Amino acid sequence: MTVLAVSNLAKRYRRGGKPFAAVDDVSFEIGPAETLALAGPSGSGKSTIARLVLRLTEPDAGRIDFESTDFLALSGAALRARRARLQMVFQDPLAAFNPRATVARVLDDPLRIHNIAPRAERRHRIAALLERVGLDAGLAARAIHEISGGQRQRVAIARAIATRPSLIVLDEAVSALDVSVRGQILELLLDLQRQERIAYLFISHDLGVIRAVAHRVVILDAGRVAESGDARAVIANPQSAIGKALVEATPRLTRNRP
Amino acid sequence: MSRLRRFFRTPEAIAGALILALLAAMALAAPLLFPGDPQAIAGPALLPPFQDWSLPLGTDRLGRDVLAELFHGARTSLAVGLAAAAAALLIGSVVGTLAGFAGGLIDEVLMRITDAFQTVPSFLLALAFVSIVGPSLGVVVAAIALGAWTGPARVARAEVLSIRERDYVAGARVIGMHPLEIAFREVLPNALPPVLALSSVIVAAAILTEAALSFLGLGDPNRVTWGGMIAEGRTVLRTAPFLSIVPGVALVLTVLGVYLVGEGVVESTAVRRSLS
Ligand SMILES: Nc1ncnc2c1ncn2[C@@H]1O[C@H](COP(=O)(O)OP(=O)(O)O)[C@@H](O)[C@H]1O
Ligand SMILES: [Mg+2]
Repeated sequence: MTVLAVSNLAKRYRRGGKPFAAVDDVSFEIGPAETLALAGPSGSGKSTIARLVLRLTEPDAGRIDFESTDFLALSGAALRARRARLQMVFQDPLAAFNPRATVARVLDDPLRIHNIAPRAERRHRIAALLERVGLDAGLAARAIHEISGGQRQRVAIARAIATRPSLIVLDEAVSALDVSVRGQILELLLDLQRQERIAYLFISHDLGVIRAVAHRVVILDAGRVAESGDARAVIANPQSAIGKALVEATPRLTRNRP
Repeated sequence: MSRLRRFFRTPEAIAGALILALLAAMALAAPLLFPGDPQAIAGPALLPPFQDWSLPLGTDRLGRDVLAELFHGARTSLAVGLAAAAAALLIGSVVGTLAGFAGGLIDEVLMRITDAFQTVPSFLLALAFVSIVGPSLGVVVAAIALGAWTGPARVARAEVLSIRERDYVAGARVIGMHPLEIAFREVLPNALPPVLALSSVIVAAAILTEAALSFLGLGDPNRVTWGGMIAEGRTVLRTAPFLSIVPGVALVLTVLGVYLVGEGVVESTAVRRSLS
């Protein structure tokens, strides 16, 4: 059983007038409560894949099956309703929210849009969501720009889980955070996965983080899959040139290698 | 608070604010100080100013109190100027947001319409509109707004084009928000600052357009307007020049005040930007 199955996905952009493939014939699957990492150097197409999977950009070719239905066939209200099950956390938690928003509003929106709770109940839901991600419920009244980066990323996670998704796409979601905060956020993500059985499409250029959280990894190079497999196995013994280069570029991996 | 203080740092901004405060006070006080009909006959015709202290600015060709007309005229000028500018900013922001956010065919069609409106001189547009629909305060406001919304529409569209690429708009789509809600609740409020920066120019232009329409006899006939007063005075320009000069000076001061305040606001926010 799979939550997400992507097959032969392709997306071309133009660079200097010439078309080039940002994503080229990419296929992968993610099962329930599984973390699949997408790794690769900058510009290898990781974010483009995230945007395609989330229907923020339309692919040129390929197929996306989400929860066993053809996700690309959905549009309009049907697509918006389905989005409850497929959420995202961005890299920069400040850019990911309306600069005028408060924490309460950011969490109220998904509850309202998907009719998850009547208006009177939403305040309690928001408080519960904040507590679920390790924040004080009193934070609800604060403006997004007033809280710290780590708190903001926790709010982003609270927003993503508000609609009880089966899959969350995390695009470099911990890359902008301090090392100490990063550990706590990863811990929270693992805890949520155990409790709610959420699958993650975990995008990162950091193999150290990937080894810590991912079950499987897909390594991309210039829009193509260079290799894929069990995360620890691939990182311990990369076969592709790009995989070897990525491991070389992460000193703490080579140092700790058994 | 510090922003207010920064605004009042330049003498020009203070002068502009004083003029506008005086104008607003006149407009608000008009029905209290001059409760009767300002178009009613109040004394002998063509009484010069400073002769009779019950009619300090004298009377016009028909014996109407010039000071009362001036006060009630301030009311019309301000009301029309503000209402027309508000309507123009509202229409412009909505059209610009829809065009910029929707893109594609909708953008194309809306911007063609904007082009068409921009090609016609706005005063001719207002003139034609009032001539066809007939002069009344609401029609005059609509006529002026009709020629003034294109600037705000272009500025709003340009701003929306850059905002719609931000992560938070993608985030709103990901949680399943309806595109119209994204456009008007998430994007539009953040696109407003540069649009609102146009408001002083638009208010000033609207006040002048209203005066020009009234001067041509296309203002609301039941309202005293400065443009109408100037037109009235023109027939006796040689013998009683003050009848044209008084409302003319009021008009110039008002436009100047609006302009100075607008500059002051832009200046104080620009200083803040360059500091941060
Ligand atoms: N909207 C776009 N228009 C044109 N080129 C794009 C666009 N989005 C991404 N690209 C290009 O596609 C390639 C892959 O980008 P991206 O998916 O962001 O890579 P990554 O996230 O792995 O760094 C890059 O060369 C990038 O410049
Ligand atoms: Mg990226």
